Amino acid sequence: MVGKIFRSCYLWLILIFLYAPVVLLVVYSFNASNEIGSWSNEWNFSLYAMLFTDEKILDCIKTTLLLALSASAISTLLGTIGAIGMFYSKPRVFKILNTVTQVPIVNAEIVTAISLALVCSILLFPRTYASLLIAHVVLTFPFVVTSVLPKLKQMDPNLYEAGLDLGASPLKALFTIVVPEIMPGIASGFMLAVTLSLDDYIITNFTKPSTIDTISTYAYNAYAKNSANTSIPALRALSAIIFAVIIISVVVANVNADRRAKQRGNN
Amino acid sequence: MTDKIIELKNVIKTYDGTNVVDGISLYIRKGEFVTLLGPSGCGKTTTLRMIAGFEKPDGGEILLNGKSITDIPPYLRPINTVFQRYALFPHLNVYDNIAYGLKLKRVVNVYEDKKGRRIEKRERLSKKVIDEKVSKALKMVDLEEFEKRDVNTLSGGQQQRIAIARAIVNEPQILLLDEPLGALDLKMRQDMQLELKAMHKKLGITFIYVTHDQEEALTMSDTIVVMNDGIIQQVGTPKDIYNEPKNAFVADFIGESNIFNGTIVGDRKVRFVGHTFDMVDDFELHEKVDVVVRPEDVFLVNKGLGQVDGTIISSIFKGVHYEMTFQVGKTEILIQDTVERTVGEEVSVIIKPEDIHIMHKGYTMNVYDGVITKDNKVSFAEGEFACDVTKLYPGSRLNEEGYLVTADGQELDLTDTHVRVEVPLDKIEIIDNEEDGDSVGQIISIIYKGDHYQVIIRTFEEEEDFVVDTEYLWNENDKVSVKIKPEDINLKLKVKQNG
Repeated sequence: MVGKIFRSCYLWLILIFLYAPVVLLVVYSFNASNEIGSWSNEWNFSLYAMLFTDEKILDCIKTTLLLALSASAISTLLGTIGAIGMFYSKPRVFKILNTVTQVPIVNAEIVTAISLALVCSILLFPRTYASLLIAHVVLTFPFVVTSVLPKLKQMDPNLYEAGLDLGASPLKALFTIVVPEIMPGIASGFMLAVTLSLDDYIITNFTKPSTIDTISTYAYNAYAKNSANTSIPALRALSAIIFAVIIISVVVANVNADRRAKQRGNN
Repeated sequence: MTDKIIELKNVIKTYDGTNVVDGISLYIRKGEFVTLLGPSGCGKTTTLRMIAGFEKPDGGEILLNGKSITDIPPYLRPINTVFQRYALFPHLNVYDNIAYGLKLKRVVNVYEDKKGRRIEKRERLSKKVIDEKVSKALKMVDLEEFEKRDVNTLSGGQQQRIAIARAIVNEPQILLLDEPLGALDLKMRQDMQLELKAMHKKLGITFIYVTHDQEEALTMSDTIVVMNDGIIQQVGTPKDIYNEPKNAFVADFIGESNIFNGTIVGDRKVRFVGHTFDMVDDFELHEKVDVVVRPEDVFLVNKGLGQVDGTIISSIFKGVHYEMTFQVGKTEILIQDTVERTVGEEVSVIIKPEDIHIMHKGYTMNVYDGVITKDNKVSFAEGEFACDVTKLYPGSRLNEEGYLVTADGQELDLTDTHVRVEVPLDKIEIIDNEEDGDSVGQIISIIYKGDHYQVIIRTFEEEEDFVVDTEYLWNENDKVSVKIKPEDINLKLKVKQNG
C-alpha cells in the first residue's frame, strides 16, 4: 500500500517537474507583465495581439517556417536519393557511406556549427539566407537518410524486380514502386527535419546573416541583450502557441495510430 | 529446330568465386511445362533469374527464339515471373496490381488520315481494354470481383493467384514460376498444382517452374531438369527420370531409392548386398556400378525363400503401405509393402531383374557415408580418419574441449553426426603394410589409364571401395591399407531429403 502511494507520488512528481514550467508559461502568456517573475493585474490576450502586430516577430516566424520547410524539402529530396543510392550500392560502399552519414548525428552541434562557419569564412561565402539554408540542409540531411534506410531494408527486394519484370524501366519502377513503398520513411524524415530546423539555435546563429533572425535566435538574443529579467513578452504567447500545436499534433498522431492498429486487428 | 523458345548455351554464374551455375546448356520447346528441380543451392533459382534478366550470366548465352537476350534488361523481355513470396505491390489494390504491366504497355495502332495515308501511333491501352483484360485474368484465377480489394487483406492462396494473374495478364511468351507454392499448406498446394497445369494447357504458353519438391515436379511437368551443384544432372520426362535415373544423385533425389555399390560379375549379372542378382542391362565385366532399387520393387518373402536373408529392423505405417527397413550384414534396404512384417522378424527379399537399375559410376570422387566420432575423426569404410571438422560449418573453429564453435558462436557436439565424405581419387595413399594405414582392404581391380593406374581397394566387411589414381603398379588381390591426409577429406552435412 505504501509502495503504491510512493509509486504514484513519484510519477506525479516527475510529471509536475516536466510540465509545471510549461503550464506556468501558458498561464503567463495571458498576463501582460513586462517582467518575468512579476504579475501584473492585466489578464488579457494583449500578448497574442502583439504577436500578430509586431513586425519583427512576424518576420521571425515567417523566416523560421520558410527556412524549416524549404531546408526540410531539400534535405528530404537529397536524403531519399542518397538512401536509395546507398541501399543499392555494394556492401562495402554501403558500410562506408552509412558511417559517414551517421557521424554528424552523434557529433556535437557546436562542432558542426563552427565548421560550417569556418567553411563560409574560408570560401569567402557571405552569410546570407543561402548559407543559412545550406547549413540547415546539412543539419537535417543525415536524419532523413536514417529514417528512409530502414524502410528500404524492410522492403521485399522482389518488389522492384517485379516492377522491372512487368515492363517498368528502372526509373519508372523506382517512382511507382520503391518510392510509394518507402513513403512512410520519407514522411517521417521530413517531419523530423522540420522539427530539427524549427528549434535549432547554434548552427543558425553561426551561419545566419545579422539581418535575419529565426524565432530561436531572436528570443535568445533578445533575452541575452536585455537585463536578465526582461524579455520580449510576446514570445511567451508564441511559446504557448507552439506548445499547443505540438500537443495537438502528438495527440492526433497517437489517435490515428490507435485507429490504424485497431483496423489491422479487425482484418 | 524452330520450336526452341529459349536456349541456354554454356551459361555460367559466379558468386564470390564459386560457380553457382556451372556451364549449363539447355533448350526448352514452345508450350512446354518445364521444371527445374534440385535441392536448395543447386542453381535452379539463379538459372531462372538469368532467364528473367535479373542476373547477368558471367559466361555463355541465353537465346529467345534464336536471338540472344543476354544483354536485354528484364523490362524488355516478353517474360513474366511469379515470385516465391508473391511480391504484390502493397500500396496498390488488386486491380492496380494486375493492371500495372498493362498500363506500361504501348501498342502500335495503324490509322488512316484524311488523305488516306497510313499513320502508325504508339499508344497506351485504353481503360476499357485494361478493364477487360484484368477481369479476364481474375476469372482465370477464380477471383472475380476482387478488383477493389486491398492486397494486404488477402489470404496467402489468394495473393498467389493475384500474382499469377498479374503475370499472365501481360500475355508473356514464357511464364517463370519460382517455387510459387512453397508458402502454401499441403492441401492448397496440391489443388494449385492441378490448377496450374490446367492453366498451362489453356494458355498454351511456356511455363518454366522452379521447385525442390520432386512430387510437384513429377505431377506437373512435361520435362524435368534435375540440377545439383550448378550442373544439369538429367533432363527427361517425369517417367524417364523416375524409372531411368542417370546417376545416384537423381535416383536419390527423385522418390525413395536404395542405392548400392555393385560390381558386374558376369553376363547380365551384378553383385551387391552380398548376392549375385540377374539383371537386364549389358555392362562390362568387373565394372563398378551404382545399383538403384526402388523400395516398392523389393519383395519380402519368408526366410530362406528369397535371394538374400536378413532381419526387419524398423516398420512404419504410412497409410497405404508399410515402410520397413531390412538389414543384411551392414547394409540396409528400404522396402515398401502392404503386408506388415514385425520388427525382428527374419525374412528374405526378392528383387526382379527388370527392377534393378544399373548406373555407371562416374569415378570423379570417392563418396562415402561417414559418422563423426567423439574425438572429431570421421569413420567410414571400416576406418577412422583424422579430418578437419570445421569444414562442415563455414567460419567455425574448435574450442579446447573439442566442441565446434560456429561462426555465430553456437557450440556444437558433432559426435554421431552423419556426413557425406568426399575424397579425390588422387589423394589416397596406398601402403603395403596393413598396420600403417587407417583402413584395410584388398585390391580387386587395376586398370591402366594411359599415364596412371586406377586401383580399386575393397574393404572386407562392408565391401566399401577406395578408388585410387596412382602412378605405381600394384598387384591384384594384395592386402593393403590406405591413408588420407586430413586436408584432403572433404565433409558435407547430410541433409535428409524427404521423399
